[in-house]
Amino acid sequence: MSIRDIFRKNQKKRYATIPTEKAKNDVPEGIMMKCPECRKNVFTKDLMKNLKVCPTCDHHMKMTAWERVDIFLDEDSFVSMDDHLETVNPLNFPSYTEKIKADGQKTGLNEAVLTGIGKLDGQQVAIAIMDSHFRMGSMGSVVGEKITRAVEKATELGIPFIIYTASGGARMQEGVLSLMQMAKTSVALRRHSDHGLLYISILTHPTTGGVSASFASVGDINIAEPKALIGFAGRRVIEQTVREKLPEDFQTAEFLMNHGQLDAIIHRKEMREKVASIVHLHTTKEVTK
Amino acid sequence: MIKVLPFEEPIVQLKTKIEELKEYTASADVDMSAEIIHLEARLKKLEHEIYENMEPWDRVQVARHPSRPTTRDYIQLLCTDFMELHGDRLYGDDAAIIGGIALFEGRPITIIGHQRGIDTKENIKRNFGMPHPEGYRKALRLMKQAEKFKRPIICMIDTKGAYPGKAAEERGQSEAIARNLVEMAGLKVPVISIVIGEGGSGGALALGVANHIHMLENSTYSVISPEGAASILWKDASLAKQAAEAMKITAPDLKKMEIIDTVIQEVHGGAHKNIEAQAEYMKETLINSLIELEKLTPDELIENRYIKFKNIGEFNE
Ligand SMILES: [Zn+2]
Repeated sequence: MSIRDIFRKNQKKRYATIPTEKAKNDVPEGIMMKCPECRKNVFTKDLMKNLKVCPTCDHHMKMTAWERVDIFLDEDSFVSMDDHLETVNPLNFPSYTEKIKADGQKTGLNEAVLTGIGKLDGQQVAIAIMDSHFRMGSMGSVVGEKITRAVEKATELGIPFIIYTASGGARMQEGVLSLMQMAKTSVALRRHSDHGLLYISILTHPTTGGVSASFASVGDINIAEPKALIGFAGRRVIEQTVREKLPEDFQTAEFLMNHGQLDAIIHRKEMREKVASIVHLHTTKEVTK
Repeated sequence: MIKVLPFEEPIVQLKTKIEELKEYTASADVDMSAEIIHLEARLKKLEHEIYENMEPWDRVQVARHPSRPTTRDYIQLLCTDFMELHGDRLYGDDAAIIGGIALFEGRPITIIGHQRGIDTKENIKRNFGMPHPEGYRKALRLMKQAEKFKRPIICMIDTKGAYPGKAAEERGQSEAIARNLVEMAGLKVPVISIVIGEGGSGGALALGVANHIHMLENSTYSVISPEGAASILWKDASLAKQAAEAMKITAPDLKKMEIIDTVIQEVHGGAHKNIEAQAEYMKETLINSLIELEKLTPDELIENRYIKFKNIGEFNE
């Protein structure tokens, strides 16, 4: 089966879910899911209708990249890019290649980000959607390259670039190459910005480390999903360093909002409409009375 | 007394033995000069063998040597008329990063770098060279100032990483680093970065989006410390030595990967053995870099930086 076929298959089976190991034991696979926040069981069908937001406690659960395509972009408008790029094992880490292959099969993605061109309420946008089900969304060479190419495409076409971030940070197994992807995506974003084009960063749970400290934080507009974990250093590392209790809401979207790091926190149900509206405000050229 | 590193011990032992023989010869009637000459030749060979074949972990030890020269030492030796400039104009003045204007080889430059302390007291003041957001914002302010006055920018990288603390998160550590990356990408003046000690992760990269990146031979540049890598990858921080090799973090490694431009030679045993000589090596590389970059127009400088970083990454197409 070619990579393309995997994608087609995945596209048809739109609401594919990835039950956790624990969920598998708790409830019949696929039919019901347990909310990781309030522990209530919910019918998968109902959960999907509710955009994977818990009907009981409003917890925004993790989504796959393809699920986000479905709920965010105009129907059948999305064309993916660079699905053919393949991760290599530059530092020869044992079992790295196998792990990448396994996650590829699990998610139907070639790497931890899905990129392409699509339409948002009729407006053409370039988009990158990170998927934390693939190596925790960590950024290696292919993730950096795919995002960079998507930004370049946006610059070439003169259209907005939108990213959904979800990442644990750097991809350890690619060493300093992983670190340098922060700089690589930044030089591309700089050029996009210099063309007067709009960049919207939508931070979702979790966005930490090198991804938080690069493209995720420098949107013209930074938006987060409610309660998303967003931060530079890990909570445990900080607790060990400062030896003081951190507030309950530390590094949540709400914490960042209170500290002036975000433009808005937007509920998943309103995300499409609100972001489309922002894009309209940046592309409307004529003055209408 | 300068700290001796484990890999240098055979050299120190041999040196001690030679000293003892010399003393003995001076005080006794026995002539040991033939033996001394023999041992001195062996010492030379041994020094060559050890210092020319340093393992990654040896280099990590040198990079972390308590007497390793810091940004301030190099500014003093390379520049004249240095005037330190303080503060980010937003919150405070972070002593973990210093910066200012100076003359280098007759031209005004802006020079910025991480600053560690030389003793515990200074390290507390400078937070062991681990910046808060205001450090990065001060650095950016000075870079934009340099751009306005068309001065080249030299950055010295020497940090274990950005500080992982509560206040740093509250004030936007992520944004401060990220902002520097995109802003450095667009600077219209030459930017040269030199890793002089430890180049730790995003906190190092925030001074690293340069036209030319050089590394001192015994410096490191990595996404995570060897200890951190060992505990994540193998759940055992004591495997740091193996991680230092596996992660490819030394200057020769980064040169091989074509991430950096030049490995700046170090004096035998590390920069701390002769700071003046080390500054001379550094000066030569800096002059060559500046001459090359000063030929480029502002647009070409931005393009040059773009291509440089765009090309970093390994994958199959
Ligand atoms: Zn719930």
